[in-house]
Amino acid sequence: MPESLLEGALTSDALASFGQRPFGMYVHVPWCSSRCGYCDFNTYVPGALAEVTPATYADDAIAEIRLARRRLGERNVLVETVFFGGGTPTLLPAQELGRILAAIRDEFGLAPDAEVTTEANPESVSPEYFDELLGAGFNRVSLGMQSAVSSVLRVLDRQHTAGRATTAATEAAAAGFNQVSLDLIYGSPGETDSQWQESLDAALGTKPAHISAYSLIVESGTAMGRMVARGVLPAPDEDVLAHRYEMADAAMSAAGLGWYEVSNWARQGAAGSSVCRHNMGYWRGDDWWGVGPGAHSHLAGSRWWNVKRPDRYADLLAEGTPPVADYEVVSTHDRAVEAVMLGLRLREGIALETIAPDRQGEVGPLVDDGILLASEVVRDHLVLTDRGRLLADYAVRRLT
Amino acid sequence: MSAPGPGPGQTPANLLRNFCIIAHIDHGKSTLADRMLQLTGVVDSRQMRAQYLDRMDIERERGITIKSQAVRVPFTAKDGVTYVLNLIDTPGHVDFTYEVSRSLAACEGAVLLVDAAQGIEAQTLANLYLALENDLQIIPVLNKIDLPAAQPEKYAAELANIIGCDPADVLRVSAKTGEGISELLDVIVDTVPPPVGVVDAPPRALIFDSVYDAYRGVVTYVRVVDGELNHRDRILMMSTKSTHEALEIGVISPEPVPAKALGVGEVGYLITGVKDVRQSRVGDTITLAHHGADTALAEYREPRPMVFSGLYPLDGSDFPDLRDALDKLKLNDASLVYEPESSAALGFGFRCGFLGLLHLEIVRERLEREFGLELISTAPNVIYSVTMDDGEAHTVTNPSEFPDGKFSEVKEPVVKATILAPSEFIGAIMELCQNRRGVLLGMDYLSEDRVEMRYTLPLAEIVFDFFDQLKSRTRGYASLDYEPSGEQAADLVKVDILLHGEAVDAFSSVVHRDKSYAYGVAMAGRLRELIPRQQFEVPIQAAIGSRIIARETIRAIRKDVLAKCYGGDISRKRKLLEKQKEGKKRMKTVGRVEVPQEAFIAALSTGEELPKSK
Repeated sequence: MPESLLEGALTSDALASFGQRPFGMYVHVPWCSSRCGYCDFNTYVPGALAEVTPATYADDAIAEIRLARRRLGERNVLVETVFFGGGTPTLLPAQELGRILAAIRDEFGLAPDAEVTTEANPESVSPEYFDELLGAGFNRVSLGMQSAVSSVLRVLDRQHTAGRATTAATEAAAAGFNQVSLDLIYGSPGETDSQWQESLDAALGTKPAHISAYSLIVESGTAMGRMVARGVLPAPDEDVLAHRYEMADAAMSAAGLGWYEVSNWARQGAAGSSVCRHNMGYWRGDDWWGVGPGAHSHLAGSRWWNVKRPDRYADLLAEGTPPVADYEVVSTHDRAVEAVMLGLRLREGIALETIAPDRQGEVGPLVDDGILLASEVVRDHLVLTDRGRLLADYAVRRLT
Repeated sequence: MSAPGPGPGQTPANLLRNFCIIAHIDHGKSTLADRMLQLTGVVDSRQMRAQYLDRMDIERERGITIKSQAVRVPFTAKDGVTYVLNLIDTPGHVDFTYEVSRSLAACEGAVLLVDAAQGIEAQTLANLYLALENDLQIIPVLNKIDLPAAQPEKYAAELANIIGCDPADVLRVSAKTGEGISELLDVIVDTVPPPVGVVDAPPRALIFDSVYDAYRGVVTYVRVVDGELNHRDRILMMSTKSTHEALEIGVISPEPVPAKALGVGEVGYLITGVKDVRQSRVGDTITLAHHGADTALAEYREPRPMVFSGLYPLDGSDFPDLRDALDKLKLNDASLVYEPESSAALGFGFRCGFLGLLHLEIVRERLEREFGLELISTAPNVIYSVTMDDGEAHTVTNPSEFPDGKFSEVKEPVVKATILAPSEFIGAIMELCQNRRGVLLGMDYLSEDRVEMRYTLPLAEIVFDFFDQLKSRTRGYASLDYEPSGEQAADLVKVDILLHGEAVDAFSSVVHRDKSYAYGVAMAGRLRELIPRQQFEVPIQAAIGSRIIARETIRAIRKDVLAKCYGGDISRKRKLLEKQKEGKKRMKTVGRVEVPQEAFIAALSTGEELPKSK
């Protein structure tokens, strides 16, 4: 049955257009040393599943990469970006990550300027580890800093201490990583404006190339979701979140990082932009293959996603069966909706023609409301204003 | 089991007994009627379904009778003679007083049925007074004597006190078990007078009910007073002067049985092929088109709407369906009036007039249930007579059309209300009625611990949440009845609600000046809770004319974006977006403000339960 799922997703149209858009690979490493209360990602603690452990993961991932190569046909398409996410990729030895990356290189080939990122948890890296990553071919590190305040880190169940993330960032830079990114979360229960400012200052103090700052989203089905539902923890206040966002944007701009996506800021230097090219692929509707349990893939409007459990994932691959849980062929209409929904989040914006003709009448009022930039609309291009970034979903609803 | 008895058109008046049952909801009227049908063999147990006579779904579910029926039941009494009993079912609710009075006019006797555990209720008392006015023989009966909570001694005394009989004369039955029912039938034969009429006279028959049937057209229920109505007679409706042919006449027993004729005192049905109950009106007199009677039995009274509400389809494209549905309901409801109106906030709909609150609710429920319509109804209001400074007079049925000033007088309808309650609640009831501009007319003790309080109240004060309040202040013990009692001048003003500077017609209300401020504050506060934040700040104001009396502000929303959107989130987010847009379709736009329909419904609903009875 899973066999036919991947065949259903890989329509002849999708396969025929493979290579027409930049192609990336995402590698999902579904392991964390412990679960954080706010996180709803597909991740497991080592030992949770009997047969399958972090030690067996690389072989499974490599098996899927080989399967991907076979299924995508003979066309020679170089991989532009690779992104190891999780979970905690750095829970695996750097050599193991290197093995997986080597498999991608062997099967597909990497573009000469390929961006190769791994997410890293501050407590699971060291100068040696960074050296090994660099040697294995990684050129970008994204550190899960979240906060520089110990009380906030505790609420988030994060394992590292307050200063560890900035130290790790410095270590990565010292090892030779030019592209270091930090992830921050604002709006955690109990966090104050000044604590958020403290985190921003600490992060920017390491002179990172890139920062992602996300408002805390309380997901149902997480430990934090249950605590909020029970009233043990207060739900984040939307007005407070809006204010923290504005604080973040002000601090980033002052430090020379410009927004390029609603929650992402990057250095713009003589050496070019430090945007995350892999993530740009998601927002521009490019193609990617997601390797690993629960990973999502996209090829020309076909989306499919793998089974979530690592043991089931391993079993299917062992049988030579694609580990696909289900797929969706996105309709033309929905693809157009997605183009607006994703593209409008970007500083580069979208062309007016991306909007269906019967919705283009909404553009004027959105300019009047201060949500779209008038200076861009006059050249038939839609870009959110500063205020509009916080109302992006509203704008998308009006424009689709 | 009774012998078949004489047939229609051949039954001497002295063998006829026409009676009705007056009872409050849940006091067991339908069960008693069922038991009578069973006991006399008209319906066998196999066919028996609970509450045989209540046919409409809503009647069954709510346990109320909206439209009456009449059943012909042969009964062999203890003297060995087989009599013909006509049980005329009456609509019991306050909204339908005129219909009730016509049903009563078709009878000579009334069974006053009271729950032995609860005692008499206000609406039952009101209907009892109507029956007494019609000179009906009253047979007091306590039902549910099988209940452990029954207090037959206490309530027999109460009934005896009200109608002026001996407590020993109050019958005790259990419609559920059948105990005492055949004795009751004997008492009906013994005490209800046979009908009296002139046999050799042009026929005169009273229409006491008129029901539209999709297959047969209007079925008219009549009580023949004088003469004889025959199949194929050319008949005349005396109020409308319209003539029709009696295509079919017959009796209900309990299914329709066609007959050749109906004679003096008999009760039956008549079909003429007309399609609209307005052509066959309750209260009208039927006679022959040629050589008919000169004078009608009683003066016919047009039903007069007392309560108005705007009905709007949730989905504007359903407007034609709503119009068709109202047109169909009207065929069966001579008192329903409506005319199209448009509201800036709610779109196209109808301003509908009803006899009262229950009538409103029944119509609304039937529109939703039988015609699958989703509706918003504006808060019920009454009719105002406004005299302008220049002497021009206006009748206002929609509060948004109430003039802003420069009028010399406003009159509002008032009602005479009767409230029955345990005497411990006198204080609470007085406080409520005073608060609602009521004037106490009198108070009597029905028994040691139960009182009857009589008030004059503005109808507008009752259509809001009076009954609800009355029930909650008396722990559910009070019962209410009211009847129209003319008009009074009052110091009334229109309070408008402005959203972002624009008046929302659907929220305009006419209130007493003393209460206008409290109303404005409450409504603005309510809307602030109900209307979601918009992308801009929205002031909500309550105003009398150009004077703002209350203000609330809905702060602008600052954040409407999900922080993250990565590979795996895209389908999920797109679906979320579609769901949000679906929700938006159910928004009404007032100026630039998007108001969810739930907010309209919640803001307009009074959240009250309606009084209902049998």
